[in-house]
Amino acid sequence: MNIAVEVDAVHQGELTNISEAGPASKRIVAGFGFWIFLLSDIVMFSALFATYAVLVKATAGGPTAAQLFDQHNAAMETAFLLLSSYTCGLMSLAVNSRYRLGIFFGAVVTFLLGAAFLNLELREFQGMIAVGAAPQRSAFLSAFFTLVGCHGLHVAVGLAWLVLMMVQLSLRGFQDKVVRRLHCFSLFWHALDIIWVLIFTIVYLMGVLP
Amino acid sequence: MSETRWDVAPGDRPSIPASEQGASAGVLVYTIGLLLAVILTITSFWVANTSAIWAPGVPAGLAVLAIAQMGVHLVFFLHITTGPDSTNNVLALAFGVLIVFLVLAGSLVIMANLNENLMPPGEMMNLKMQR
Repeated sequence: MNIAVEVDAVHQGELTNISEAGPASKRIVAGFGFWIFLLSDIVMFSALFATYAVLVKATAGGPTAAQLFDQHNAAMETAFLLLSSYTCGLMSLAVNSRYRLGIFFGAVVTFLLGAAFLNLELREFQGMIAVGAAPQRSAFLSAFFTLVGCHGLHVAVGLAWLVLMMVQLSLRGFQDKVVRRLHCFSLFWHALDIIWVLIFTIVYLMGVLP
Repeated sequence: MSETRWDVAPGDRPSIPASEQGASAGVLVYTIGLLLAVILTITSFWVANTSAIWAPGVPAGLAVLAIAQMGVHLVFFLHITTGPDSTNNVLALAFGVLIVFLVLAGSLVIMANLNENLMPPGEMMNLKMQR
């Protein structure tokens, strides 16, 4: 306890007065700006969630949520995305310690898990369209495809971004710019997982309750 | 002093400059987060499928589990803490949560109210909105 207080006191003593500190470092400014972008993205998703929640019963005589959704598929998708979020975290640790092999390994595993997620989701969409549950069938299905498809689109963009970052890293090495972008990428990937938590809870679990 | 420590970027563990963050401690943090998230996810799927829980209570239970899991992701993966060096990140997050709450709760309340008061019984029932 005493030690903790002392460490804290030393830490406080090191700080420059905030009025004299000057602007924060570029890493912090970039991270904070990207954080605000992510929050605005989550606000956009909240509008899609609200649309889905309002329209979930508006099936116009078409297939309902309970008839369409497969929980095993959703569980697999959840596992893939959660594990890819974990490997992305390990990759950002490797970035911090400038461990190139670890970064590439983490990136490959993250990419493969993300691609497996996207593959399952696209197959699910195909299966639904094949049985006549296309977006134009009912308001419920329009809302479903918009919400889940928008998340899938984010994942696809994230995968493309990851490939681009690996190319930049191998061409430019650990420039500050590249490290900042890798940091922003890991924030983006974790935020996608947070949105997926809401999707599997609201769409795949609550949607099929009797 | 080039590096002042009043703020941390979201995703950096607080009070430690990014270059000094030890890898092994970091792995532990991410692993704890993964384990908690897995436990919460499995519990969510179990709650949705079990008959051991009073049925009308299931949605509330799922909501609590989802919020808990989002908290786990924020703390263990995004390293958002309540420390003084994370104040800006937390304030931005709080504002985001406020807007999300207003959009969701506002839409649901208004649409439920409209359905209750404007839907002529019989005529538009084929829309099957709400009830």
